[in-house]
Amino acid sequence: MNALPCAIYVSFTGALLALVAGNRSAAAARWIALATAATAWGITLLAASRFVPSAGLQTLVDLPWITSMGIRYHLAVDGISLTLLVLTGLAATAGVLFSWNIEERVGEFFALYLALIGGVYGVFLSADAVLFFVFYEIAIVPKYFLVARWGSTNREYGAMKLVLYSFAGSALVLAGLLWPYAAGGGGSFALGDLAAAAVNFSRGEQIGMFALVFFGFAVLAGLFPFHTWAPTGHVAAPTAASMLLAGVVMKLGAYGCLRVAMPLFPAGFEFWQLTIGWLAVIGIVYAGAIALVQDDFKFVIGYSSVSHMGFVMLGLAAGNAQAVSGAVLQMFSHGVIAGLLFAVVGRMVYDRTHTRKLADLRALPLHRRLPFAAMTFVVAGLASMGMPGFSGFPAELTILIGAWKTSPMWTAVAALGVLVAAAFTLRAIQVSFFGATDPSDHKAGGAVHAYPRITLAEKAGALLLVGATVLVGLKPDLLLDWIAPSLQSPLFQAVLKGGAP
Amino acid sequence: MTPPSIELVRALAGESALVVGALVVLGFDLGFGRRQSLEARWRAATLFGLAAIVAAAALVLHVGAIGAAFGGGFMLDTLGVGTCTGVLVLAALTLLIASGTTQLRNPAEFVAIVLFATTGFMLMAIVQQLLLAFLAIELASLSLYVLVGFDKTRPESAEAALKYFLVGGMSAAFLLFGFSLLYGVSGSIDFDVIGGALERQGLTPLMGVALVMVIVAFGFKAAAAPFHLWAPDAYQGAPTTAAALIASASKLAGFTFFVRLLWPGLGAIAGDVTVNHVVPGWVPIVGVLSAASLLVGNFGALAQSNLRRLLAYSAIAHAGVLLLGVMAAGPDGPGPLFYYASTYGLATVGAFGVVAVLERAGVGPRITDLAGLHQRSPLLAGCLAVFILSLAGIPPLAGFFGKFAVFAAALQLGGISGLAGWLTLAAIFLSAVALYYYLIVLKHALVAAPDPDRATPIAVSPGSALALVLAAVLLVVLGTFPSLLLGIFS
Amino acid sequence: MKNPPLLSLLIFAPFIGAALLALLRNVSPGGSRAISLLSSLSTLVLAFLALGSFDRAATGYQFVERHDWIAALNVHYHLGLDGMSLLLVLLTGIVSPAALLAGWKERRSPRLFGALFLVLQGAALGVFLALDFFHWFLFWELSLVPAYFLIKLWGGPGATRAAYQFVIYTLGGSAFMLLGFAALFAATGTLDFTQLAQLAADGTLASRLATTGGFWPQAVFLGLLLGLAVKVPLFPFHTWLPAAYAEAPTGVSMFLTGVMSKMGVYAFFRILWPIFPGQLHAAAPVLIWLALGGVVLGGFAAMKQTDLKRMVAYSSINHLSYCLLALFAIAAATGRPGNTSEAAAAALSGALLQMFNHGLSAAALFLCIGVLESRSGGSRGLDDFGGVRSVAPVFAGLCGIAMFSSIGLPGLNGFVGEFLIFRGVFGFAPWAAAIACLGLFATAFFYLTFWQRVFHGPRAGAAAGEWRDVGGAERATLLPLAALMILFGVMPHLLTGLFNPLITSWANHLTLP
Repeated sequence: MNALPCAIYVSFTGALLALVAGNRSAAAARWIALATAATAWGITLLAASRFVPSAGLQTLVDLPWITSMGIRYHLAVDGISLTLLVLTGLAATAGVLFSWNIEERVGEFFALYLALIGGVYGVFLSADAVLFFVFYEIAIVPKYFLVARWGSTNREYGAMKLVLYSFAGSALVLAGLLWPYAAGGGGSFALGDLAAAAVNFSRGEQIGMFALVFFGFAVLAGLFPFHTWAPTGHVAAPTAASMLLAGVVMKLGAYGCLRVAMPLFPAGFEFWQLTIGWLAVIGIVYAGAIALVQDDFKFVIGYSSVSHMGFVMLGLAAGNAQAVSGAVLQMFSHGVIAGLLFAVVGRMVYDRTHTRKLADLRALPLHRRLPFAAMTFVVAGLASMGMPGFSGFPAELTILIGAWKTSPMWTAVAALGVLVAAAFTLRAIQVSFFGATDPSDHKAGGAVHAYPRITLAEKAGALLLVGATVLVGLKPDLLLDWIAPSLQSPLFQAVLKGGAP
Repeated sequence: MTPPSIELVRALAGESALVVGALVVLGFDLGFGRRQSLEARWRAATLFGLAAIVAAAALVLHVGAIGAAFGGGFMLDTLGVGTCTGVLVLAALTLLIASGTTQLRNPAEFVAIVLFATTGFMLMAIVQQLLLAFLAIELASLSLYVLVGFDKTRPESAEAALKYFLVGGMSAAFLLFGFSLLYGVSGSIDFDVIGGALERQGLTPLMGVALVMVIVAFGFKAAAAPFHLWAPDAYQGAPTTAAALIASASKLAGFTFFVRLLWPGLGAIAGDVTVNHVVPGWVPIVGVLSAASLLVGNFGALAQSNLRRLLAYSAIAHAGVLLLGVMAAGPDGPGPLFYYASTYGLATVGAFGVVAVLERAGVGPRITDLAGLHQRSPLLAGCLAVFILSLAGIPPLAGFFGKFAVFAAALQLGGISGLAGWLTLAAIFLSAVALYYYLIVLKHALVAAPDPDRATPIAVSPGSALALVLAAVLLVVLGTFPSLLLGIFS
Repeated sequence: MKNPPLLSLLIFAPFIGAALLALLRNVSPGGSRAISLLSSLSTLVLAFLALGSFDRAATGYQFVERHDWIAALNVHYHLGLDGMSLLLVLLTGIVSPAALLAGWKERRSPRLFGALFLVLQGAALGVFLALDFFHWFLFWELSLVPAYFLIKLWGGPGATRAAYQFVIYTLGGSAFMLLGFAALFAATGTLDFTQLAQLAADGTLASRLATTGGFWPQAVFLGLLLGLAVKVPLFPFHTWLPAAYAEAPTGVSMFLTGVMSKMGVYAFFRILWPIFPGQLHAAAPVLIWLALGGVVLGGFAAMKQTDLKRMVAYSSINHLSYCLLALFAIAAATGRPGNTSEAAAAALSGALLQMFNHGLSAAALFLCIGVLESRSGGSRGLDDFGGVRSVAPVFAGLCGIAMFSSIGLPGLNGFVGEFLIFRGVFGFAPWAAAIACLGLFATAFFYLTFWQRVFHGPRAGAAAGEWRDVGGAERATLLPLAALMILFGVMPHLLTGLFNPLITSWANHLTLP
């Protein structure tokens, strides 16, 4: 258990090592990155195996840091963060495997990549608002360079938009954290202390503070209408960065909403609940509808991410234990599935065909030429559609159940979103991989120009992610048993009680 | 009870060391420098200068915060000692960078003037009396005027010096006028006595005039909008190291001085902006300057294509935050402001240091000329990233905690109700705008591919490299452990 | 082990076969065909095993398996078999190998074809045996995936569009069904069909749902109804069906019509009726009209078809609507004074028989059309043939049996089911039975047209040239099917014996909560 903070240190150390090693040998940098990501993941899994679920955070480290402001280096874990830590490790490891073919400035790439991962681990482990924020911002900057340097389509624009949105969001958060700190007398930034202080604030103050923190984080979570960075950013990013962006970084936002905004300002949550819920369901359907008419394969996936994150936000907005645990499950699930989708599109397909236009892909009988990619995409697509047996299903089901208790109307609209998701995923599968299926292709398979084979690293990464989504899909208790007790903590109970309309 | 003269020597030991050092530098160059190459002369001058700075720092720290000295004329408190040390560190970094980058023909004079300026900064950091204060400020300012115009081979340098001199002279006039009114109103030149008198009198119209004069002068010095117009030209035209000194050590010392003047001295008529109606006093004026600087600096920087001008506008924006810190320094103590000013100084010195190295290597002044820096010199690119990200306020670099501490202090004034709160919110949101132009710099330095004609590696002299790495490491260490600085005030 | 998990074996044997095919990369086409067929036959074998120890007098579930699964959603791995499920498992056991044999000659990746088909079969079995929404829905949705690819990759020229339409329609229905079950869980905390039925019977379900207020309790019902109605399909949600059935390859069409369409009807009986007796009762007057719409319009639409596959597809709509007509008539009459249990029992056994019989006859008809297609190079228009009987008498005979079974000729199996349905429905709603007769006439009309144009008259079209009568695999498939049609036509009690106690108990407990 106590080894968990090492996930942070290992990642940052690995980043430095990769940077140094990258100057001499690209291969060394790759292996260092893989070893680092896998070690950190191993640490989370080890901790998970020894985890005893309980209500409230279990402190790992608690040291004074900035004494004059009452800021502590306080790392702690509960079921929710553990779920996301395991996800981070998984996505990071798979991401390295799917970046194996990066040839340019390898050391720097993996250094930034691992720094980003380290920041993410830090966010999920922080129990002090400032520490949380510090790690949150550490995770922002590497994104810019990853996207701007190693990205593709319109990468500089996408990177800048992505980072400025994130940073604008974090500016809101900063304001929203400093305000209660100052208003509460400025003794401490511990989440518990802030929540205790927040009880004394007027309803108006809570509403304001909640809005700042929640919507600040929601920018990164891709809540409609703050989502516009996500598709462009995802499209511009290199494969591994897309995987991390959609898989993990968007979770940072949602996690911030859940961990910071909601427990701190219950009255604010009550006020904004309706708005958030509607924004979430609008996002689900709207992003899905947009995905349905996209011409670029990655845009389809990018918008689908927004749509899926809408479910997370819906779960949060519903504000009861069921929906929130579903939201956390959906965070995990989307992390894995989005990673897989981006891996197929960005690495397996784009790096070989050099096009992502659906119209171009239609002409290539990809299911004949890249059968493994086709199969993986079908599996990922099904998982993304919310097909039972994959992790998305129990997550969405739990969210829908919880949301129904709060507002059947949301649930009904969200169900429409499920349908739209099916439509655009199926369209993508059909057009991209099974475009040309007249019988002559079946015979002409050998005549076409062959693409490089799917590498072992790609297969390993894909299998990791597929395994995770199936495992959680068939046995969601694995995660729900961690998540549900965590929601029993007094901090969450204060806000989750007020869930019913 | 030590006699006053001994006390004075003790209190000003550091300053004395600097002056002696400056004289030694001059004398040595006069005596032995004639037959040496310019390079050797630079080396010698830098070495002596650094030795003087180290000695001064050792003395300052040895003497420590002994409190009031020389009949209350000087105040060696934590803030004073901290500022002196900070100024010395910044000056040392400046010298180190200068030694490896400039080809100015009079090394001894340059180093000596830097040392004199530093003496002025140190005095500014500890004075508590109007007359001494004016002398300290003028010592520093005159040295800076000379430094700005030091490069006689470039007309821009002369132009910048003239502009800086004219504006600075005018601000000195304002300052002197303000000081004399203060004296006239309160009958004393000691900050303590002035403070006591003001508490009895309150804000009289004449006092108002005095305040405006002082703050206008202050605005000029700090390059706060709307008195910032000299800054971009001066930063652009001056020798890079001079610009670095103006932007870093001069700011740190200046803000320390003004905090001392405004809070213990004029605290009684601070006024209030933390409630919904404004109580007149100097705080509202500073607030207006702060808001204007934040807006002008951040939005002005967006339009810049020259790296130095961009740094100048960024300096204006940072002055806005510093002014916010000044407003909060009374109730909450000067810790956040000091932390901000010193770490900002480090980042700025570093950034100008990189600029200096680049200019030496013949890289053009535009931001786009940075393209491919990561290939031409990974060291410079890495250091520049640290400095720029610290300026942008990205954790775990020191710039972040500076902002954080200042904002937290400002919000503690009265929550977000009142102007102070709104100003803080604006500052927070403008930092998101700022990230844009900082990232543009880094985009070219770290992302863009080099112009194929100019893909040659850039050599960095050991001294400059040492200074840059030192500044970068300090930023990381102070950012990771902010209590190292913030803690000394608690 | 004392009680081997028979039902799990039933479900997973095809999946194991599919996994085997997926793993054996270098198996020959013949080998993969053999593996597919053997795995497919496992259902029949296991179903007979089950039949052997099946207690015909019991009305509850047998061979029950129930294990804890997902605590957070109160989900249990719950399987059970009663007369109705057994009937459909048997049907799956018969139709699946037949459908595989129909695709025996398929040259394009038989390995993949076999694997997908086995997944489809396993999913169908899962639907018939699962008693908890979670894995029931898993199998329900899972069945779409192989069906989609089987239609798309091995289907006709319009297959892509047809498959997309098919899946989207069905998923659209499923989305609302999912919504409904989410609401049910929110209200009751369980997803187990038996528990939900229990709660519905004692009125708890309705009162808990009512706390949501407004229109929402009805919306839950409508969500479920929509999901199932699309699958069956109930008029007017049928528009996906003709294209999908027509474009699918023969074997897949057989399975779609023979087994998959039963999934919807089965779910009406297993889920919707027990859980929402009240709402179904309230909606039944409207639903009867929709079922009648399917019966009549399906029949008339089939009359207008020139594509034989589309004709049989529309006839499927017509036949399945009889089943639903029976259910809706009973639901409408529930709670009405008077002794209705006899009529209800007749209608129910008619409906169940009709499911089974339609599975046999429609599958056989699609197979016959497949034979026609294989002889004519792919054409299957009503006017593309003529005088086939004279060149292929055996084929004509077998096809005729299937056709007349479909029309409902006494002595063949189709008659018994339809007769019992009409008998039951007449007891509740004579007018509905009268209208439904129109459908009977239409069916007779278009099948006779089919018969006459294709098999009689001078040899024409594809039949004018060389023509081979049914050969090895075709005969091996068609003959048993025809034999079963005759057998169950003459001895329907072989089937009704399986579920008589069950429907008697249903018919005797027709009450509203």
